[in-house]
Amino acid sequence: MLSVHAVRHLRDYVLDITLSVRSGETLVLIGENGSGKSTVLNLISGILTPDGGEIVLGGRTLFSDKKKVAVPPENRKVGHLFQSYALFPHMTVSENVAFGLRCRKVPKAWVADAVVEQLATMHLADLADVNVGRLSGGQRQRVALARALVLEPELLLLDEPLAAVDMRAQAPMRNELHDQIRNAGIPCIVVTHTLRDALELGDRLCLIEGGRVAADGALEEVLAMRENEFIASFAGPEPHNGFMPRASTSGHSPRPPGSRPLG
Amino acid sequence: MDLTQSWPERGRSAHGSRTALRRVVLSLLTAVLLALFLLFITLPVVSLFLRISPEAFLSSLTQPVVLDALSLSFVTATVSTVIVVLFGTPLALVNARRDYRGRELVDTLTDLPIVLPPAVAGLALLMAFGRRGVIGQYLDIFGIQIGFTTVAVVMAQVFVASPFYIRQARASFEAVDRLYEDAARTLGASPGTVALRITIPLAWGGLVSGAILSFARALGEFGATIMFAGNFQGKTQTMPLAIYTTMQGDMDAAISLSIILVVISFAVISAVKIVTRRRY
Repeated sequence: MLSVHAVRHLRDYVLDITLSVRSGETLVLIGENGSGKSTVLNLISGILTPDGGEIVLGGRTLFSDKKKVAVPPENRKVGHLFQSYALFPHMTVSENVAFGLRCRKVPKAWVADAVVEQLATMHLADLADVNVGRLSGGQRQRVALARALVLEPELLLLDEPLAAVDMRAQAPMRNELHDQIRNAGIPCIVVTHTLRDALELGDRLCLIEGGRVAADGALEEVLAMRENEFIASFAGPEPHNGFMPRASTSGHSPRPPGSRPLG
Repeated sequence: MDLTQSWPERGRSAHGSRTALRRVVLSLLTAVLLALFLLFITLPVVSLFLRISPEAFLSSLTQPVVLDALSLSFVTATVSTVIVVLFGTPLALVNARRDYRGRELVDTLTDLPIVLPPAVAGLALLMAFGRRGVIGQYLDIFGIQIGFTTVAVVMAQVFVASPFYIRQARASFEAVDRLYEDAARTLGASPGTVALRITIPLAWGGLVSGAILSFARALGEFGATIMFAGNFQGKTQTMPLAIYTTMQGDMDAAISLSIILVVISFAVISAVKIVTRRRY
């Protein structure tokens, strides 16, 4: 269980959000560009420090201004996938995946085994020795996810996980990502600009506007708030009545209305 | 002129030929300026090679004054480059990544030796570390003398060559996307590990080229060295000082040393170009 209350003074507004995510649940953050979605992820993973509030993950206080606690990012056990994946360009695929384990001083043999296993799970075994500069968008996404999951994080933060993936590859990648998130069984927050990601990856939807939570609830509840300009644009022109069918494993899912990227 | 053309077309064609002529004249002018400038740079360098026979060059290389200067220069320039890298890397990293009060002042101070005349640098070092200098007078009590020793040569080289590395290192660190460092932190890397395994490897090309430039500057250092360390063969007489000394009696030795420095300079520029070409 993750519970977050974070306040941070940004250049244009004060970000003040409260949200919680249960284990095995995926919360999807939506909102205009610059509304503070990625900042929320950075505050949770510890890249940015809140000016106030409290962040608790599985009973562990990661940040609290009252208790004067600020766990550094390296000790938070939070897997953070960046929009551009931030794969280390001077390393191969397996070196990228091994990086976190090596930082934790895991014995070499264990590192090698864990990396091989993780790469096999993510269908990356053939690319182990390839430099990450030579990978496609989808492969990069899988490597970034493998790099985070091999550390068995207690929370997964995904910032636009499919934005850098080729449009044609997005549907199968989304399915794969969905399975990986479900298998991890940990709280997960996904930032996205596409309805399809929200529908297929999320359990709950949270709309952030100007650094505040404008709506938080079940997907259909939030998507029904069509009086909100962003929701109306995000959900598309037709009235939305609940879930769209999840994409089939073959990746040929029907395109839901309005599933175009907004940003 | 093509009389079948209508008037506006003829006008356009006349305008077009004027533009073409202007372009040719401009190209010619640029070529002449470029050639003159290249000649100005290359002629003196080539003259060095023309004024000595290969035999004289080779025999000069066996002279003690040349050999002493060569070995002293390489040892001192290497030591000073190592010192510059050891001290300059953390400084450049901090100034590239941390925002603290006084950062601008630190930047200005580290850049100062670039614009400071070497003679001033030498005198300043003498006033600080010389026998009667601000610090030197206390060191003298313990029998420690820095001025006019090989240590003084290294100190003079560090003083004048450090900005070449620090500036380049800082620019290279600033060019590393912070996202990689953030990602490394979330994966469990401490700030020290991030610096060693992410930032420094990603800035490597720039760091190496900065170190090469710094080494070259140290190798060519003259003014500060002669002021602070003197000109003693085998002890403080580096290659530039030996050139200055031998040209008053043995021009062949001076030219030989100069040729070696020219070759090194060429090698340095080529090395920097090759190193900085590598990009992720």
